[in-house]
Amino acid sequence: MRMIRSLVAVALASTLALVAATAAAATPATNAAAPDFTLRGADGRNVRLDELRGQVVLVNFWATWCGPCREEMPRLDTLYQKYHKSGFVLLGVNVDDDPRTALATAAKLNVSFPVLLDTDKKVSKLYDLNTMPSTVVIDRDGKMRFLTRGFHAGTERDYEQQIRGLLKE
Amino acid sequence: MRLLRPVPRLACLLASAGATFVLAGCAFKPIEPWVKPYERERLAHPVMKAALNDLPSRQQDHVYTVREGSRGATGVQGGGCGCN
Amino acid sequence: MAAIKNAATVAGLVGGALAAGSVQAVDLPEDRAETMYHLYDGGGVIAQGPAVLIRKSMLDRVSLSGSYYVDAVSNASIDVVTTASKFKETRNQGGLGLDYVVRDTLIHVSGSKSTEPDYQASTISVDLTQDVFGGMTTVALGFSKANDKVGEHGTPGWLDSARHWQYRLGLTQILTPRWTASANLESINDEGLLGSPYRLARVFGTFVHENDPRTRESKALKLSATGDITPEGANNRRSFRADYRYYWDTWGVRGHTLELGYNRDLAPGWLLESSLRYYRQNHALFYSDNAPQQTLYFSRNRELSTMHDFGPAVTVSYTLRSVPGKYDVKLSGSYQFIDFHFADYTVGDSGKAYSYHASVFNTVLSATF
Repeated sequence: MRMIRSLVAVALASTLALVAATAAAATPATNAAAPDFTLRGADGRNVRLDELRGQVVLVNFWATWCGPCREEMPRLDTLYQKYHKSGFVLLGVNVDDDPRTALATAAKLNVSFPVLLDTDKKVSKLYDLNTMPSTVVIDRDGKMRFLTRGFHAGTERDYEQQIRGLLKE
Repeated sequence: MRLLRPVPRLACLLASAGATFVLAGCAFKPIEPWVKPYERERLAHPVMKAALNDLPSRQQDHVYTVREGSRGATGVQGGGCGCN
Repeated sequence: MAAIKNAATVAGLVGGALAAGSVQAVDLPEDRAETMYHLYDGGGVIAQGPAVLIRKSMLDRVSLSGSYYVDAVSNASIDVVTTASKFKETRNQGGLGLDYVVRDTLIHVSGSKSTEPDYQASTISVDLTQDVFGGMTTVALGFSKANDKVGEHGTPGWLDSARHWQYRLGLTQILTPRWTASANLESINDEGLLGSPYRLARVFGTFVHENDPRTRESKALKLSATGDITPEGANNRRSFRADYRYYWDTWGVRGHTLELGYNRDLAPGWLLESSLRYYRQNHALFYSDNAPQQTLYFSRNRELSTMHDFGPAVTVSYTLRSVPGKYDVKLSGSYQFIDFHFADYTVGDSGKAYSYHASVFNTVLSATF
């Protein structure tokens, strides 16, 4: 009995320590150049990141099997509708094994921003994703300025602040 | 009636050590996660769940707890009852 | 007391954990509603009733849940008919739960109350879940405390009480893109009247009221592995699961549970869940079918005898309506057969070892939204 209690206490203390440590270790390398990539979109045409230089780009990595990703999509769509005429581009990079599922889900969620297919996960590896969803906001010079891991309520307000700030630059 | 045998204590110690090791390993990150989040599609499919619905698991757990001498570690959070 | 001290420790550490940040996102459980009709029929006992569960998230950080379970029992089991008479009783259990996500920790708090004419059980639980190691590992910690009031038919008021403490530790580990494994340890401590005020034991051939110890400490360790075994290129997903649980307690009971499961997508919208379960235990130290000597503790509770049970279970689910991103409604039916065998519990004048089989059935209408 005492053994179990100390076990629980040890595990809890370790969780706390680890959580604090990983928080420090996990800070992303911002202000680095965003790695260039070319991906095929839903309409079959290729989209290349470097060609979008001069605009503010938000790249959102999502999958159909990831709950928070699906929750986030409509809010990203709202942002896209609001700012895409002001020099803002939103790319939804999907990492499903089956592109057909991805396109069907994107259609059902009624998103208007471009959906790109990263079926072989090359771009996910390039960006070293360790969370789903992940969102990278890139400035007009092609530098990664903000990296958001996961999705919580209010995250879209952070994105809006970041986008407005970068559009002003 | 205290009959805590050496084997169970060892199991507790092992579980505790294992947990601490895993957690400590994460803090220092000597090993990178080898299954990336974007590779977890198969694991997210409903077929991988132990049970699709919550209520049937409660019925099942109740059936066993009432008729067998074992209890615990099933993942179902039990409420008590007078079914001893 | 010790339990309160431990609860305080848990709460303190939780507070500490909340202050830190982490890498992975832990999710609120999905919104869902379930209604179930359940039926158990075996060994002279029929237990049936409806049950309902609703879970709804609010403000994107909190999920509230409520459940109600009704168990109408008609008991004409072998020990009831030989030492008393068949009876009918209804048990109602209601519960409320709250799930809260703070940074990357999921906190679950719940309470439930089970009421029947001669027994009342109130439980509160706290569970913490944390993804670590890039989400490859999930650590879960839990604590429950239950207070029971024990009564007896025909006697007004409560005659005794029981208290239970449960400590849980779970680890889930992603092994490969197809396989996960987990280990769960649960320690349960009981105090108070742990037997039944009605059940009789047999000493020297005479039936007397049983006398169970007033404390019990138990531990259970369950190891399991689940894997996606879908062949490359196949459309219907299939999975295989193997669980083993070892149980031991201070009453001398040691139990082994082995369960093998196979789940499969049958056709679009159809899901099959199947399993085989085998359970075996040896008798408690103070258990005897007919005690040959007078001891301090003695019981003829079948649940504490040398027994084993085995049986298959099948559940089939069908998606009635599905609008991705909006809602999903499913109907499922489940049937389970369990064959119970007792090695040292006998019935009748011939002293034949008792066995019986049971059918467990349920049907669920569920919706996620």
